[in-house]
Amino acid sequence: MIRRIAVLNLLLAAVVTIGAAQQVLINAGGATFPYPIYSKWFDEYHKKLPNIAINYASIGSGGGIAQVTAGTVDFGASDGPMTDAAIKEFQAKRGSTILHFPTVLGADVPTYNIPGVAASLNFTGEALAAIFMGKITKWNDPEIMKANPGVKLPSNNIVVVHRSDNSGTTFIWTDYLSKVSKEWEMKVGRGTGVNWPVGLGGKGNEGVSGSVQQTANSLGYVELAYAIQNKMTYGKVKNAAGEFVQASLASVTAAAAGMKEMPEDFRVSITNAPGKGVFPISSFTWLLIPSKIADPAKKKAIKEFLTWMLADGQKLTEPLLYAPLPKAVVAQELKAIDRIQ
Amino acid sequence: MSTAAPTAFEARPSGRASAFWQRLRSGDDIAYVITLTCALTILAVTALLIFELFRNSALPREKFGWSFLTGTTWDPVVGQYGALPFIYGTVVTSALALLMGIPLGVGAAIFLAELAPTKISNGLTFLIELLAAVPSVIFGLLGIFVLVPALVTLEPAIRAVLGWTPLFSGPFYGVSMFSAGVVLTIMIIPFIISISREVILAVPTEQREGALALGATKWETTWNVVLPFAKKGIMGSIFLALARSLGETMAVTMVIGNEPKIHSSLFAPGYSIAAVIANNFAEASDALEKGALIELGLVLFGLTIIINGFARVLVLSTTRKGAK
Repeated sequence: MIRRIAVLNLLLAAVVTIGAAQQVLINAGGATFPYPIYSKWFDEYHKKLPNIAINYASIGSGGGIAQVTAGTVDFGASDGPMTDAAIKEFQAKRGSTILHFPTVLGADVPTYNIPGVAASLNFTGEALAAIFMGKITKWNDPEIMKANPGVKLPSNNIVVVHRSDNSGTTFIWTDYLSKVSKEWEMKVGRGTGVNWPVGLGGKGNEGVSGSVQQTANSLGYVELAYAIQNKMTYGKVKNAAGEFVQASLASVTAAAAGMKEMPEDFRVSITNAPGKGVFPISSFTWLLIPSKIADPAKKKAIKEFLTWMLADGQKLTEPLLYAPLPKAVVAQELKAIDRIQ
Repeated sequence: MSTAAPTAFEARPSGRASAFWQRLRSGDDIAYVITLTCALTILAVTALLIFELFRNSALPREKFGWSFLTGTTWDPVVGQYGALPFIYGTVVTSALALLMGIPLGVGAAIFLAELAPTKISNGLTFLIELLAAVPSVIFGLLGIFVLVPALVTLEPAIRAVLGWTPLFSGPFYGVSMFSAGVVLTIMIIPFIISISREVILAVPTEQREGALALGATKWETTWNVVLPFAKKGIMGSIFLALARSLGETMAVTMVIGNEPKIHSSLFAPGYSIAAVIANNFAEASDALEKGALIELGLVLFGLTIIINGFARVLVLSTTRKGAK
């Protein structure tokens, strides 16, 4: 009896040791925008494989790039692709390169508050750029009237509201305006923060939506998911095919599907994407994964997680209001996983 | 054991060293060394802070030099950074807060310490001290969802009274330097009240009795005897309030409008140093922007020292006059 217990103990000890050896703890950090879906994924994946735990700190895209470059996290995450200079810096510091893996899509929508106007307004890219440059100052400007036949717009001044904090949301918005307006590109440009020609700054989506809701005749931009959650009115935007499209998860996914040639490294802006039914102010968000992972257990875990994320993980996106990746991109990414060594 | 101690004691050299040991045994020097270490730690932390801010802002300091302080453009896309709009916003909102907060705070403190019945005074003071512990983000949220709409409704009244000055001209969108000043006022008042009340209560009763015996009224006693006596402490509370308003971040950024431009009207949006750092640091586009934000931290540090020094000189000169 005693011997049997001893044997059992030995067996148990052996199992525990093996279990401990397989315990993989992965640290990641970066963008705040995809944090809800990432934490859902990491949680679900941990339930599926209890020996793998992924910690994600939502410290912002800039922080994600900085931390993965410094090697303090196993992988990073960003709402904007890394620049060539940032990739060079990564290569110089870490001796390998960095791979971009799109995970989900997000979009920006124009939101407004005009007393007496309940209709969903149509916006052309040119009009949005002109409003945000301060060239169109009144709601009844012919450029806006033309896109909204039958809607009675007031002659009041437009109060522009933008993000005051640097953010991926601002990058998508200014990237789109740069594509539809040469003047915007020359004078203001694209970035997570820019030198706004006009307007009030609100901190975060909540700051912008708060200012828009409380200021009559205002126009701002917020993330699609935020607008849906808070049941805000938002306008349709004219896409490259000439249609006014309401932002929805389907029309955002369509923007990624509309890209005819996806570059090898997935570093691509999909604002103003061609194709029918495409919402033009859409973007990927990316995981930033080093091409060389020294720890074999971590490498295996990360590769398996990516495979799971591209299959089962994509099914979890819609309840959290993220647009899933189109099939073609998923197929291309599954091939790219082999580049992690 | 009993023999070892005297031998060790005798082995020690006589003179200063033994005197030191004796004082050490009595505890004075231990207390001296411990408290000195505490004081030096604070000094070291401050020095380290300045050093780090200075070191990490090397990039923009080299690129812009002193023109960083006078530049008015903040453009991360082309890498052009100037601090003046942020300095302006910080100084204006803090000045507004003090302008409104000092009379309100000191007035309330006088009432609570001198005039109110003890029970009411204690109850109210407890509530006010609770107010001081409310996190600033709560003030910011109340600011944007309650105060800003309220100010929008009050705007015609304010404009009717003060609209003739350039300080209250131009369109008002709710978020503005004025709104930030009002939120800051609410935030700093608890500091002024609770410290000033303590200081006023600490004025010796004999002072009051003396004045009353000479035939002064209650208010004359308070104004001419108690307040001058408590002046230094009240000033101390104002310094603390000033420091809080200069460095306030969350509450200000939510109501100031976050526009890095210099407007003469208080109804116009502005931006403060602490707010721009909080807004942009996490997602700073490159090393230059990060450096510029750190340099702004250094500027805020310098600004605080200058304003505090200036205020101290002011206090020193007035207290000397009072002593005459």
